[in-house]
Amino acid sequence: MSHNRSVLWLFLLPGTLLYLALFMVPTLYGLFYSFTDWDGISPSYQLVGLNNYAKTLHNIVFQKALWNNTKFMLAVVIAQTVISLALALLLVKNKKINVFLRALYFFPTILSSVAVGLIWSFMYDPSLGLINTLLKEIGLGAYGQNWIGGVKIALYAIAGVQVWAHAGQMMIVFVAGLHAIPEELYEAARIDGGNRFQIFRKVTWPLLAPSATIVIAYTTIQSFKAFDLIFTMTDGGPNYATEILTTYIYHTAFANYSFGMASAGSVLFLILLSVLTILQFKALRADRVSY
Amino acid sequence: MGMKWFGRLILGLYALLIAAPLYFVVVSSFKMTQRFFASPLGWPKPFTFGNFEGIFKGQTMGKYFFNSVEVTLGTVVIELALGSLIAYAIFRFGGLIAKLVFGIFLAGLIVPSQVNMLPIYSLTHKLGWSDDLYGLVLVSVAMLMPLTVFMLKGFMQVLNKEILEAGSIDGASEWKLYARIALPLSAPSLAATATFLFVMVWNDLLIPMLLINSKSKLTLPLAMLQFRGEYMTDYPMLLTGVVITAVPMVVMFLFLQRYFVAGVMAGSLKG
Repeated sequence: MSHNRSVLWLFLLPGTLLYLALFMVPTLYGLFYSFTDWDGISPSYQLVGLNNYAKTLHNIVFQKALWNNTKFMLAVVIAQTVISLALALLLVKNKKINVFLRALYFFPTILSSVAVGLIWSFMYDPSLGLINTLLKEIGLGAYGQNWIGGVKIALYAIAGVQVWAHAGQMMIVFVAGLHAIPEELYEAARIDGGNRFQIFRKVTWPLLAPSATIVIAYTTIQSFKAFDLIFTMTDGGPNYATEILTTYIYHTAFANYSFGMASAGSVLFLILLSVLTILQFKALRADRVSY
Repeated sequence: MGMKWFGRLILGLYALLIAAPLYFVVVSSFKMTQRFFASPLGWPKPFTFGNFEGIFKGQTMGKYFFNSVEVTLGTVVIELALGSLIAYAIFRFGGLIAKLVFGIFLAGLIVPSQVNMLPIYSLTHKLGWSDDLYGLVLVSVAMLMPLTVFMLKGFMQVLNKEILEAGSIDGASEWKLYARIALPLSAPSLAATATFLFVMVWNDLLIPMLLINSKSKLTLPLAMLQFRGEYMTDYPMLLTGVVITAVPMVVMFLFLQRYFVAGVMAGSLKG
């Protein structure tokens, strides 16, 4: 047995070492950089204590990014939860056409965010784009927009793309949740004379709560971490209208060469993300129902 | 009755919302640029493979494609090998050691790659690994390790402790138990994890962007961003790049749909 145990340690070794060296140690370095004034290039730098944090919290672009993050998150979470739930309810039966539609709706999940971003840049293009062209064809050209070039709607236009890409994935979570509800409960409710709406409210909805929690928690964190899509479509513009924390960190480091400041931003971002994650775990625990 | 038709209407409209952009992307890639400008919604006349030829001939598209294949295959194979060894060891150890080791990886789950981009960037530059596809593979493996261990550990719980105990009493080495019993029994979950990792690595933008700068070493997502710069609004060319990038994932999706959904579900819910 003791021989076996030493072999098991050998099993652990390569992967764990690689992970510690290329993931954990750099993370700690990042924490260290946040207390320095390093520009990312010079060989020397100075410790500046909490200076970067104070400066970051007072930075107007950082504040704007934080607010944009919040708006983006709320828009995506609300739209994605409602849409994925509606689709799941309509597609829960395993009919052939439903299985096909589920695959179609899920499909965008496997495309890269860069591809999705380029596809939708094409859709949103003010002069050649499909949306404005279609609006013109049906006589609603006046509603045409500079979708991602306009300060007011750019953030929500991208939120729409995020939902387009991931609602199908969350639909699958709801479908799995719906399939787990025992058929007898529905039969009992029908025998009791419940109508469609009552059955949904009394049976489906409470038993679907765990799936809803998963969807909301996942979508919250996913949208908070968004980067690729915004980087591809607007890169934070126009005039910071779509700047979120991840793009703010990227620009601070690689456009302004303030590695220390960017690191402080990363740490603040990580703290916010950890709070969201802890809330997620709490919500998941609290919402376990049994049936 | 009314409800039913309303439901169908919604499903139809949503299907259109998903399919229409994809349809126009594919159609546009077979259009000449002039034709596209004249009629963005029309059918390609003439129907041409010119964009595909152009993109593979003039560009180093073949090279980018091969870079992506190399990085993705390399990362997924190493990731699965190292990750399954770790998951297996955690499962066999049990008790406090398992909890501690697993905890080390759990901690990494909270840290997303966007937080790590600065230290990773400076570390790889210090090591002289920047602009190296092998360096990219190793960094990708490390970044995905928490998620992989999490997924595989969850999947390996279905293994039967007694079979492994019996095998070990019969004198089978730990390596044999892992290779002959644990791996074959968890094959479906390995497949799900593998497809999930394929999607993640093939589509990844951030880590390649931090490490790679020379033009001959770009992966497809990076190459597409370059195209955007070069062909600003030459959409047929740009969208041809999108199609080429998506094809391998589409083919995999058609054949491995079940594993795809299982993998992306497990990965996303735990990530």
